[in-house]
Amino acid sequence: MNPGETPVLEMRGVRKTFPGVVALDGVDLTLHAGDVHMLLGENGAGKSTLMKILSGAYRKDEGEIRIDGRPVAIESPRDALAHGIRIIYQELNLIPHLSVAENIFLGDLPAGRLGLLDWRALYERASRLMADLGLDATAMDPRTPVRRLGMAQRQMVEIARALRSADARILVMDEPTSSLTSREVTQLFSLIERLTARGVSVVYITHRLDEVFRIGKRVTVLRDGRQITTRSLDEVDVPELVRLMANRELSDHFPKVRATRGREVLRVEHVSRGSTLSDVSLSLHAGEVLGIAGLVGAGRTELARVIAGADRCENGHLVVEGREVRLRGPADAISRGIGLLPEDRRAEGLVPGLTVARNVALPHGRRLSRFGVLPGKCEVALAGPIADELRVKATPTQSVRLLSGGNQQKVVLGKWLAGDVRIFIFDEPTRGIDVGAKVEIYNLMNRLTARGAGIIMISSELPELLGMSDRILVMHRGRIQAELDAASATEERVVSAALGLR
Amino acid sequence: MSGARQFGTLIGLAVLCAILWILTPYFLTVSNLLNIAEQTSINAIVAVGMTFVILSGGIDLSVGSIVALSGVVLGAALQSGQPLPVALVLAAAVGLACGLGNGALVSWGGLPPFIVTLGTMSIARGAALLFTEGRPVSGFDPGFRMLATGRVAFIPAPVIATILVYAIAHFVLTRTTFGRYVYAIGGNEEATRLSGVAIRFHKTMIYGVSGLMSAIAAIILTARLNSAQPIAGMMYELDAIAATVIGGTSLMGGEGSLGGTLVGALIMGVLRNGLNLLGVSSFLQQIVIGAVIVVAVLLDTILKRRNRT
Repeated sequence: MNPGETPVLEMRGVRKTFPGVVALDGVDLTLHAGDVHMLLGENGAGKSTLMKILSGAYRKDEGEIRIDGRPVAIESPRDALAHGIRIIYQELNLIPHLSVAENIFLGDLPAGRLGLLDWRALYERASRLMADLGLDATAMDPRTPVRRLGMAQRQMVEIARALRSADARILVMDEPTSSLTSREVTQLFSLIERLTARGVSVVYITHRLDEVFRIGKRVTVLRDGRQITTRSLDEVDVPELVRLMANRELSDHFPKVRATRGREVLRVEHVSRGSTLSDVSLSLHAGEVLGIAGLVGAGRTELARVIAGADRCENGHLVVEGREVRLRGPADAISRGIGLLPEDRRAEGLVPGLTVARNVALPHGRRLSRFGVLPGKCEVALAGPIADELRVKATPTQSVRLLSGGNQQKVVLGKWLAGDVRIFIFDEPTRGIDVGAKVEIYNLMNRLTARGAGIIMISSELPELLGMSDRILVMHRGRIQAELDAASATEERVVSAALGLR
Repeated sequence: MSGARQFGTLIGLAVLCAILWILTPYFLTVSNLLNIAEQTSINAIVAVGMTFVILSGGIDLSVGSIVALSGVVLGAALQSGQPLPVALVLAAAVGLACGLGNGALVSWGGLPPFIVTLGTMSIARGAALLFTEGRPVSGFDPGFRMLATGRVAFIPAPVIATILVYAIAHFVLTRTTFGRYVYAIGGNEEATRLSGVAIRFHKTMIYGVSGLMSAIAAIILTARLNSAQPIAGMMYELDAIAATVIGGTSLMGGEGSLGGTLVGALIMGVLRNGLNLLGVSSFLQQIVIGAVIVVAVLLDTILKRRNRT
């Protein structure tokens, strides 16, 4: 890389806000021809937002984008395409029943006489492109329907589609290896090397530090929408990147207040469900925060849903405040004082078209109404004080649709604070919300445990788990792999248990 | 937001009326306006049930056939000399039962509303034809016609019935837990379920409301025609859906209001009436009405898109 040459892509001072959240605050990104630039950061750091601005899916509020040194306006995905920018999203967009060749050239299929599809030309073009990209045509026949391919091969098809025209020069890949085996990862990386040798520049978003050093040349670390650093990868090592990514200032200062541990409020005994949960037992006491760690797919959310009555368990049972219960649905769980803060609050926690007050009052319709009729303003009267306590930055009669992630999360919390809930299940309670709202949620957890509530907190953020829990259970493949005391647990111990190691 | 949307529909209605008034002065006479209100009443009432269903994220294609089935049951009961209240309750029960059947299949059977109500559309129509052997039922006690021809202080009985239905339905939709759940289910069914709301029960009731509204429309229709026809109510589902979406209710569910639906039904009624007054052929009328539906929803979509970015 020659520092004197004009960069292929320069993004300068990019800023983007959503209602209530600064998603990106003055971020720069410079990409040279043949570069592999790693974009690193925790969930919600702003990586995806930055790439969505590059791809024209979002419009930036401020900042400048230059291509080959010339300022360009990217207002729509079409503009991005015209500038040679191609994005490969984590969820692949292939049509399973069409062939490899059809998927690659979809939208630009060669027509023969009478406008019919010219199959021979199609397969020739596909074979030529695949050979050009160094894809093994014997391993992947362009005639094969995509549904018969493995994940890595599908990824190759996506890449081939992105690069089918010669003007594609900037390739953005969003966590491309998340569903690949290690052999497939090697295949993908050798393809990336061949691409960069041809002058294609790659922006590579990932969580995996080993990949950063395997194929990256430069790295940019984002945190909470700010650019923490951009460096050449020969200048940094793994521990330093970890330190840069993690928000140590915050993790050292979790506002944890220990409450007195009371009697047992919930016991889960030998619960199993399909292949996702096998023989899970746990116990939760009043005044306690029980953290649950584990990798995605370890069964944490499934466990939360069983306890909240959203899914049934096949074996085992729950004991709530000393009584064995059988939950036939969420209503049963709620009536026993169990409230779930779901992982995906937009899909499972909120009704977007309803107001703050009506969302908060939704579980309490029966209690608020007389013969089914809701007295005027009863919802606002219920939700108003709770919204104030949670410092929701919205009026009770405002629709929740446009609230920021943090405020939306507070509204979901408000649903349970408005009722007689004593057992809270928080599934990724701070995912995608800004730091200020995070601290408020931690403070709320302290207040709840001080009042004698028990909290189960599922989280993928280790500092948060270690900082806010009293005990930590680590799940691995549907089982409880380890139980750790939060005071003495370390990130390494949690991670090794989550990986199934002892 | 939804208030502004309703205001827009209202302006559309006003503009339409102004144009028709200029083109044909007879349009703005009391007798013609009452005539429009009376003619609109049947579609307006069917559209109440449709609004409940669409707000909850569903669709009901069976309303027209349920109108026919309820109507012929009413007619047969009256013809066989049953007292009027008994006949009315029978008709209502038939409509309600059809609706509850739809709802049960959608919620407990887990079938798409489109398919379930498409099936019921054919089944109820077939039942009405089978029951009457395809012939109209007539020859009722003259007192029954009062339901259509009667007036209270110049206002025709069907219009009064419509006002009552809208008042009650609006109260249910805005002031009861049931109404709240209609919006919540349409807005986000899973979040509503996780809030402890009995989804299946309420969904079944929503389709029940639609069936009941069809039965009420059937009563008015039968009284107006003084005969019950097994082929009555053809295409009513389309008029009701049109009134609902012109009125601003989202086909995705969760957003809309009955006020909008009433204005939507009035736009349809005014348009039909005006085109008749202008002597436009019924073939051309269909084209105009279809175009108005598309343009109204197009305007709505453009405005919403602009508000979003």
